[in-house]
Amino acid sequence: MKKSVILGALTVAGLAAGAASAATLDDVKARGKLNCGVSTGLVGFAAPDANGEWDGFDVGVCRAVAAATLGDPTAVEFVPTTGKTRFTALASGEIDMLARNTTWTFTRDVDLKFEFVGVNYYDGQGFMVPKELGVSSAKELDGATVCIQTGTTTELNLADFFRANNMSYEPVPIETNAEAQQQYLAGACDVYTTDASGLAATRATFEDPSAHVVLPEIVSKEPLGPLVRHGDQEWGDLVRWTLNALISAEELGITSANIEELSAGTDNPEINRILGTEGNLGEMLGLDAEWAKRAIMAGGNYGELFAKNIGESTPIGLARGLNAQWKDGGILYSPPFR
Amino acid sequence: MKDVSYVRTEMLPEQDPPASTSGVIGWMRQNLFDGISNSILTLASLAFIYWVLSHFIPWFWSPTWSGGSLNQCREIVAEAGKESGACWGVINERWPQILYGFYPQELRWRPNLAFALMFVALIPILFSMISRRMNWFLLALVLFVATLFVGSGWLLIVAQIALVAAMVWTGWQIVTINGADRAEQIKGGAKRLPNPLFFTATYVFLMPWLLWGGSIWAPIATALGFAVGWLAYRLLSPIIGGLGALIVAIIAPVIWWLFLVGPVAAGINAILPIELEPVQSRYFGGLLLSITIGVVAIAVSLPLGIILALGRQSDLLLVKWMSVGFIEFIRGVPLITLLFVASFLLNVFMPPGTNFDIILRVIIMATLFSAAYIAEVVRGGLAALPKGQYEAADALGLDYWKAQRLIIMPQALKISIPGIVSTFIGLFKDTTLVSIIGLLDPIGLSNSIRADVNWNGIVWELYGFIALLFFIFTFSMSRYSMYLERRLRTDHR
Repeated sequence: MKKSVILGALTVAGLAAGAASAATLDDVKARGKLNCGVSTGLVGFAAPDANGEWDGFDVGVCRAVAAATLGDPTAVEFVPTTGKTRFTALASGEIDMLARNTTWTFTRDVDLKFEFVGVNYYDGQGFMVPKELGVSSAKELDGATVCIQTGTTTELNLADFFRANNMSYEPVPIETNAEAQQQYLAGACDVYTTDASGLAATRATFEDPSAHVVLPEIVSKEPLGPLVRHGDQEWGDLVRWTLNALISAEELGITSANIEELSAGTDNPEINRILGTEGNLGEMLGLDAEWAKRAIMAGGNYGELFAKNIGESTPIGLARGLNAQWKDGGILYSPPFR
Repeated sequence: MKDVSYVRTEMLPEQDPPASTSGVIGWMRQNLFDGISNSILTLASLAFIYWVLSHFIPWFWSPTWSGGSLNQCREIVAEAGKESGACWGVINERWPQILYGFYPQELRWRPNLAFALMFVALIPILFSMISRRMNWFLLALVLFVATLFVGSGWLLIVAQIALVAAMVWTGWQIVTINGADRAEQIKGGAKRLPNPLFFTATYVFLMPWLLWGGSIWAPIATALGFAVGWLAYRLLSPIIGGLGALIVAIIAPVIWWLFLVGPVAAGINAILPIELEPVQSRYFGGLLLSITIGVVAIAVSLPLGIILALGRQSDLLLVKWMSVGFIEFIRGVPLITLLFVASFLLNVFMPPGTNFDIILRVIIMATLFSAAYIAEVVRGGLAALPKGQYEAADALGLDYWKAQRLIIMPQALKISIPGIVSTFIGLFKDTTLVSIIGLLDPIGLSNSIRADVNWNGIVWELYGFIALLFFIFTFSMSRYSMYLERRLRTDHR
């Protein structure tokens, strides 16, 4: 009897586990909050302000998803994750989605059983050197000492790059970006290498940013994007198309300023489909017709989010570059809403 | 023959010691310039101190308290005509966050009250010089101050009046009857105030309720678990004997806690809801998180460590091996590994949806970790006791627990005080390791604060502030341990 009770309890637990992973959307709706994993702090992408409100480019994706599913961009519980805890947090169901500058790689997608729903920032590894070093290309860095964060893909990329160009280097291992800044400024290394967005953010904090240059070479592909667990395709679709809605909105000229006007109905059928005045796309996702409208209104379209958090008007001052729309010479390309 | 012997008939007046051995000069000659090599060392040290301070003070003394961002700070420093200066604006803007993390602003009176009450609860344990009247007066005072911040309502006014009355009454007694008279009265059979340790016991359940909120019936039901155990022992020991009753008295509360506390608390709460707004663990952060983890782990690990130390010396083979195994295993594993286990493995093993609080998991791991170290420190104290003490206890006919309580432990713990306190200080500082598993303690928060565009690049100011906060706590602990050693010193030196 006792055994059967234990088995029964295990079965119920197992069923509950299966149910929890199968219908994330229902869980989120029942909870009334989206549990979104973010970085513990990355300039421009995720940071809490003095009141504990999270803000940033990755945070914007979380808020858009929350607005689409729950109708409220503030209905998000932000769970700070480190590089070490992020994947377990997602796999164990502690968070519903992870929006934390995570590079989309084969092993993470296939072996770790996650599903990357798209790319919200195309990054790449770059190099920063003091101007007085007189270096204009990364190929002139033979014999340089390089500050590098240990245990990241940047370390491997660096080794690959120097080997491919038949150069030698001396690594200065460091743990955090803050430490890297101090070491680099103190002259412990000639070169600091990390993702180009991070370099720009770091350079912006220097007392004299013009004394340092970011070299033109980008030595790796770092497509950063939000991800969800394997096995719940409906939830994955929802996050993917929320991101696509933000990107398409910029392409089609839907902004948070004119969205009310446009949602009265336009001559462009794709805009109408996104904003829910035509077709039943929302219904197919298990949401109402205005899901995408709310997602866009949460923080603006992709371009607005970019400009507000990391764009050229901010102290970080990133150019759109690869992250421009495909029409403008970038590689941002959302599948059609049809 | 004329007598030339001379005997002084009056005392000479006392004279000042020579100027070279007294006053400032004498002190300096004795302590700073005693010989050539010492003089050189003194001068070198002075030069070094000057060098450090001449760099530090201009940096530290920087009028940037109102700076809104790193760049603004730099402008202010440049305007003041200085080359470099600290940017204190970050502390000005973020100090509440470093102290409380994301704890909701309007509820911060709760951790404040819990912190103040902690001292009231600890004083009867930590210090012997304070009287019962004084302790109850202090409690009423803290509660009264708290009521001023909570809000308004007729219930609150009644509570305030009651507290003021209690304060006036005990205060009047404290002022009118001095300690010696009171001692006479007590000897004469006067009724005493209740022992303040009652409040200390209550505080154990009050603190989680204040910090996490929720229904008051949950901590009360949890506390009832001890009553369940005690009842089981009292009722069953005449029927099935001492050992059987003891086993039931241990199992019954565990069953109560695991299965019955939830429904019982929910049931009573449905009838008579007394609730504080619940605060989830993920809103805990900053120093509040460090203190919560540190204080609970310290309070629980001391008794646990003593039991483990006794278990290690036990004659019962199973108890001994289990204690040795536990101690050696925990001491052989770094704390960070235990924290990773708490954060990852438990997450993966338990079915999704089970919410085993992350802070509770971390507290358990930190407690086990420091208990193993305390056990070894206490074992050192036990080993330092002469065998005669054990034999004397046996000769007096004391049983094991009485011998431990009355003879062995008071001496062994006294010897172990420095070791125990350094373990506690280490534990308190180790709480910053939780930043690695994504909890935002002060160190983790300093990283998040730097992720703000305004404050990116600020390092020393944040770390300095956090270091100061930790220093206040660890230094107080260290001074307390020295006080305790002095108080408990019984030898004649």
